[in-house]
Amino acid sequence: MPDLVSPAARGFGVTFRTMFKKVVTEQYPESGAQSKPRYHGRHQLNRWADGLEKCVGCELCAWACPADAILVQGGDNSEGERFSPGERYGRVYQINYLRCIFCGLCIEACPTRALTMTNDYELADHTRDSLIYEKQDLLAPLLPGMAKPPHAMVPGTTESDYYAGNVAGAVPEQFGQGE
Amino acid sequence: MTLAPETSDLISVEIDGVEMNVPKGTLIIRAAELIGTEVPRFCDHPLLSPVAACRMCLVEIEGNPKPQPACAIELTPGMKVRTQRSSEVAEKAQQGVMEFLLANHPLDCPVCDKGGECPLQNQAMSAGRAESRFDIPKRTFDKPVPINSEILLDRERCVSCARCTRFADQIAGDPKLELLERGAKQQVGVANDEPFDSYFSGNTIQICPVGALTSSSYRFRSRPFDLVSTPTTCEHCASGCSLRTDARRGEVTRRLAWHDSDVNEDWNCDKGRFAFTYLSQDRITSPMIRENGELRVASWPEALDVAARGLRSAQGSTAVLTGGRITMEDAYAYAKFARVVLGTDDIDFRARRSSSEEAAFLRSSIAGDCGPTYADLDKAPVVLLVAFEPEDESPIVLLRLRAASLRRGLRVVALSPIASRGLEKIRGEWAAIAPGADANALHALAQGGGDVPNGASIAQALRQPGAVILVGERIADVSGGPSAVAALAAATGARIGWVPRRAGERGALEAGALSGLLPGGRPLDDANARAQVAQVWGVDVADLPISAGREAAAVVSSAAAGGLGALVVGGLEPRDAAQPAAMRRALDNAGFVVSLETRRTEVTDHADVVLPVAVVTEKSGTFIDWEGRRRPFARVFGDALMMSDGRVLAMLAEAMDSSIGRGDVKSLRTELDSFGPWTGARSAVPSDSAAVVQTGGPHLVTWRLLLDEAAMQEGEPNLAGTRRRTVAVVSAATAASLGVAAGQQVTVTGPAGSVSVPVDIGSIVDNAVWLPSNAADCAIASLGVAPGQPVRVSGGAA
Repeated sequence: MPDLVSPAARGFGVTFRTMFKKVVTEQYPESGAQSKPRYHGRHQLNRWADGLEKCVGCELCAWACPADAILVQGGDNSEGERFSPGERYGRVYQINYLRCIFCGLCIEACPTRALTMTNDYELADHTRDSLIYEKQDLLAPLLPGMAKPPHAMVPGTTESDYYAGNVAGAVPEQFGQGE
Repeated sequence: MTLAPETSDLISVEIDGVEMNVPKGTLIIRAAELIGTEVPRFCDHPLLSPVAACRMCLVEIEGNPKPQPACAIELTPGMKVRTQRSSEVAEKAQQGVMEFLLANHPLDCPVCDKGGECPLQNQAMSAGRAESRFDIPKRTFDKPVPINSEILLDRERCVSCARCTRFADQIAGDPKLELLERGAKQQVGVANDEPFDSYFSGNTIQICPVGALTSSSYRFRSRPFDLVSTPTTCEHCASGCSLRTDARRGEVTRRLAWHDSDVNEDWNCDKGRFAFTYLSQDRITSPMIRENGELRVASWPEALDVAARGLRSAQGSTAVLTGGRITMEDAYAYAKFARVVLGTDDIDFRARRSSSEEAAFLRSSIAGDCGPTYADLDKAPVVLLVAFEPEDESPIVLLRLRAASLRRGLRVVALSPIASRGLEKIRGEWAAIAPGADANALHALAQGGGDVPNGASIAQALRQPGAVILVGERIADVSGGPSAVAALAAATGARIGWVPRRAGERGALEAGALSGLLPGGRPLDDANARAQVAQVWGVDVADLPISAGREAAAVVSSAAAGGLGALVVGGLEPRDAAQPAAMRRALDNAGFVVSLETRRTEVTDHADVVLPVAVVTEKSGTFIDWEGRRRPFARVFGDALMMSDGRVLAMLAEAMDSSIGRGDVKSLRTELDSFGPWTGARSAVPSDSAAVVQTGGPHLVTWRLLLDEAAMQEGEPNLAGTRRRTVAVVSAATAASLGVAAGQQVTVTGPAGSVSVPVDIGSIVDNAVWLPSNAADCAIASLGVAPGQPVRVSGGAA
């Protein structure tokens, strides 16, 4: 007569042992799933420490994009209306998430580290329109210590100081200009 | 590519082992091109003199201890040259030069306007090494530095090839750009007190082989590989330059001079290069009709219906003013529309100062004729300029005259009350005449010289074969002038080149958009001509107007008096008219005005129906330049919805139960071509007697500067920055008699108004004052005085 007990015991043994292991199932969407830190999620347009935008409107991201998902139109900063250090800023910035394949080539192309990727992957939506992210959707939030552009550069600095990391945060006179 | 000297002496040489026979004096670099070898180069330009500044084109010449620059060395019999293709020495020399050129060149190609079309970028790849041995910090300069309002200089990128400075000096004749400093500090610069206000400055941007000179208005606008390029023709003047129009996302981003060795060679003027914002500014995009005094948007069928009813009810009392900016095809549509649909011969393309005598001159001596060409100017023994200032009124003509003058001493004589800066550039001879005395002087020249300065010699020179008389549209202001030009040409055998300012005028003339003139130069009063035209148009010859209609001036005065039932107006500016006030009254008082316009203008403000039409980027077509040469251009925006004037007129004709055909560019051109040349007699040459020069105060001399307040230059602040300073010019004696000194403000007063401008002392005849016609704060039309007439000049502001 074949032994029916020992295979069953072996099988239930697996079940029993697993009860004492760490659970890998994630209760998404009830609880948020954490991606790995280098996950290619939604893009973000970063700011300098004083709140000015890093994007200079060079369009290299748009050129690097294999899916033609990015549209950039640069604009000229003026003394009265400055969004980024230097001459140019990204006046129009759109990423079409219906097209984006999250390859990250745009991130590699960006000369000012203005464009990076967050871990946000919750991009599904109901309409096509809402999946074209505009600049205001992509801009990094203003952290404490940042002033809302447009505003002048930190007095006494040039754009090189920004690139060299010499600007640590906004100074009082930069606040209130962008309202 | 021209092989420099015109000679039949061939010499035998060897390049890269290929034996070839080339004309004596050929440069190595040109000969190498013949066998498909491109020696890398920066400073070399076929139209500039060799300078060997960049050293990039080093090649090995047998018997020479060191590599030599191919761009500056002429081949000699038996010379054996080895380029980088066959010589390691040449290749290594070129790589070495490239390493030096890049030693201080910034690595900013990704954000450089030139990146993607940069000879330095390309040749660094083809003739450079991948690794540089210079790891020291690069030399830096402040940047960008404006050279003028149109051009920004990035000195770090410059390779000191001296193309821009040579262009300014040799071609444009504005030697205001120089290489300053020495060694690593060498840089292009301008003098502090001498702005680089050349009309041709934009060309330096185009010939810069690196990104050192960039355009202010194009800066960071796009990359070359983003652009869609279309070959076009410049719509700004009658020079007929070939252009390349680059567009992106439905907008023109820049225009470049395109090579056409018969016309503009490699150059164009700043107006043609930079003035294109008007193409997209406040456009009219839908038809409009006037209701209760206000224009309101209407559908095409409604607007066409209203226009058709208005025109039909005015049948028998209608006129057409086309304006001078239209293409040949559109002008032809207007010409046919007037004759076939409106049944009138009251049509004129001249929306500027004009005269009946001028019209008769155009009909008899210009229409249907191929005049002298640019090549004829190159060869001419003498060129006489009459009522024509080439630098302002047709800049490419100036470049040609200057080139011929420098190359072989072409004699250029300007019959003018003032010796202009342009005349100085062409090293021309100033035959000074009193303002308005052109006709008398021309008659004197026809009779052997008379009292014209150096007249006998000029009269004799004009009798040589190939002599050319270039006459500008301002001759219309001189009563008896056009007749005198025709008489001088008849007496001397010199050929007449009529150089209007606007690009469309010659085409309109050929298309028959002038009363008394049918397409192809056919006189209306010739029964044969009428029969030919009736046959092509498929109408009964009896339905064609039989006698010449009224010209612009008569139409305007009739309409101003309320005697005109309806007026069809193309693109014209009332302020350009001989009498702007009368033109405005005409638009007000005409029974019904249909305006075919691209933008809101004074005409549309007065129109009963406004029909929007395409600008040059939205249609194809043909301009005819002053030579009579056809200059076709392609459509830049293939998906544009706007229709050309011809197409709109065709729809309007249909709405009036008539037809001028489909009205598209191709069918209009084909139909116009089917006329063939007119072989019958031309209408009579005018023989008006020369006017008596008026006595009295200083006489007004004026013309429109190239860069001024013109409608097609709107929205271009950078271009406006290189305008000439607005000044009145008087002679030293006149200034003394008026009691003013250079720099002081003077007020010039005419019957209708006055202008106040600073005064300058210049080479101008006594008792005359020169003013720009349409400069900022200097609208001559407001004076109410014709050129050549006396004005009052007083010191001080008004």
